[in-house]
Amino acid sequence: MRASLYARRRRRNAVAMSLSLLATMIGLGWLVLILGALLWQGLSGVSFKVFAEMTPPPGSDGGLLNPIVGSLIMTGLAVLIGTPVGILAGTYMAEYGRYARTTSIVRFINDILLSAPSIIVGLFIYEVVVAPMGHFSALAGALALAVIVVPVVIRTTEDMLLLVPNALREAAAALGIPRAYIIRHVAYRAAKAGIVTGVLLAIARISGETAPLLFTALNNQFWSTNLNAPMASLPAVIFQFALSPYADWQKLAWTGALIITLAVLTLSIVARVLTGSRRQS
Amino acid sequence: MPSRAQVLARMRLADKAFQYLTHATAVGVLGLLGCIIIALFVGALPALRAFGFDFLLTQKWNPVTEQFGALAPIYGTIVTSLIAMAIAVPIGLLVAMFLTELCPLWLRRPIAIAVELLAGIPSIIYGIWGLFVFAPFLQVYVQPMLIEVFGEVPILSALFAGPPYGIGTLTAGLILAIMVLPFITSISRDVFETVPAVLKESAYGLGCTTWEVFRNVVLPYTRVGVIGGVMLGLGRALGETMAVTFVIGNAHKVATSILAPGTTISATIANEFTEAVGDLYTSSLIALGLILFAITLVVLALARYMLLRVERRLGA
Repeated sequence: MRASLYARRRRRNAVAMSLSLLATMIGLGWLVLILGALLWQGLSGVSFKVFAEMTPPPGSDGGLLNPIVGSLIMTGLAVLIGTPVGILAGTYMAEYGRYARTTSIVRFINDILLSAPSIIVGLFIYEVVVAPMGHFSALAGALALAVIVVPVVIRTTEDMLLLVPNALREAAAALGIPRAYIIRHVAYRAAKAGIVTGVLLAIARISGETAPLLFTALNNQFWSTNLNAPMASLPAVIFQFALSPYADWQKLAWTGALIITLAVLTLSIVARVLTGSRRQS
Repeated sequence: MPSRAQVLARMRLADKAFQYLTHATAVGVLGLLGCIIIALFVGALPALRAFGFDFLLTQKWNPVTEQFGALAPIYGTIVTSLIAMAIAVPIGLLVAMFLTELCPLWLRRPIAIAVELLAGIPSIIYGIWGLFVFAPFLQVYVQPMLIEVFGEVPILSALFAGPPYGIGTLTAGLILAIMVLPFITSISRDVFETVPAVLKESAYGLGCTTWEVFRNVVLPYTRVGVIGGVMLGLGRALGETMAVTFVIGNAHKVATSILAPGTTISATIANEFTEAVGDLYTSSLIALGLILFAITLVVLALARYMLLRVERRLGA
């Protein structure tokens, strides 16, 4: 009797453990499958042309130069706008307002913004920027991306500043240094790697964002660096090309997808290495 | 040369200025959320005025006669998210259990990193993969089998009726499941790790198997956190746009069969917004956005509240 009960428990345990192993293999399997398909479909299209020529009309040769440059411009602008805002807000939460009620409310709201649907951000920017201006523009696209950057940077800045030992701040304060200088010259310096990580993660997050760009920056088949006009971006071009019936457009879409994925994966691995080495030291 | 008092005064001024600047930005984040809600509400007002409460309950979506109802997108959003959660929650919890209980130490970090990389892949990549690789696979191998197996079973036959299109509600739900899996896994792993080792060790000491420890000690202890993580994943699934837009088929109707094409709120907005002609059409799409934002806000707020409770308990 006891032996059979024991055997049953062992059996149930073995089943559960095999299921969890299986689940893990399934989970990792997707990563392999997706990356495999991307490499398989995307690599064959990678050539010098992709980085040197404009997006083609259907049926002819071309590259992805204008969407790549467009993505770089809008991502760069979004980071320029979003990072200072995020760092300042994060600074308040970790330094001046560490125990303030505002901080816990802001943290709660920020965490919600962090996972809010990005298409909503697109609608918001459409309402407050595109509609009053009367036309789509790269600036609106960059603003939409900046709205996504801010919560990411706030979160990491706050977390990283909270990790800075208080003894450092107290030592500086004992020398008579004002609070603002302590934050800028001691706390920021100690948390630099972490804050940079946050910015990298934010870049990784927005470089693949499509939904907020669809009706802010729209798309552009031609070369344009005009911030006041529609601008092409890699995700938007992938969206347009992948859903088109033309084989050469679809091929370019795969190549673009490969480029974005590699960029995003590189950024997140670099970010991880930065924080990883910090934690060990 | 400025006097000592002047230097100190200047420093104090700079200090105050910096403090107010950071304070203002932090409060600005609250303002941002308020602005988003107000902007969406103002944009949605014409549609809400024209259709009233019926907007939520009618299926009609006709740009020509300017008749709009949100039922089909709302239904599609909920059904795809439910399919996604039904698959991703058990798998995610099992993976998290593997990571915290079974996995050899040296393998933990690589697997955790791989799971987080999966979370970092942009949704458009899932979309293009779903459209060109996953949907054809489902169409040829999985869906005919589902139709055959469940064809004779009452109730289920209605769910799996119709020709295998490849794209459709089921495909969208499966892609969403793959997308939210990493979120659920990494949050559950984090909360599983908060279980005090003493609790687990005493259960092991009584002779419990790993599964029994997980089932009777870890899960009850972390229940609130796990539910929070699941709801966070649900929030993602509800609002996910690009991956769904590629594979759902964009049909404005409520179909009982999950093999049939459907639509979700975010897919409708992504597909139609730039082509929307007329104020009422645009406004109806913004109203859809408002509904989506309201749903996700509630889900995400509940999720964060639950995760916050876990953190508080840890702090206490």
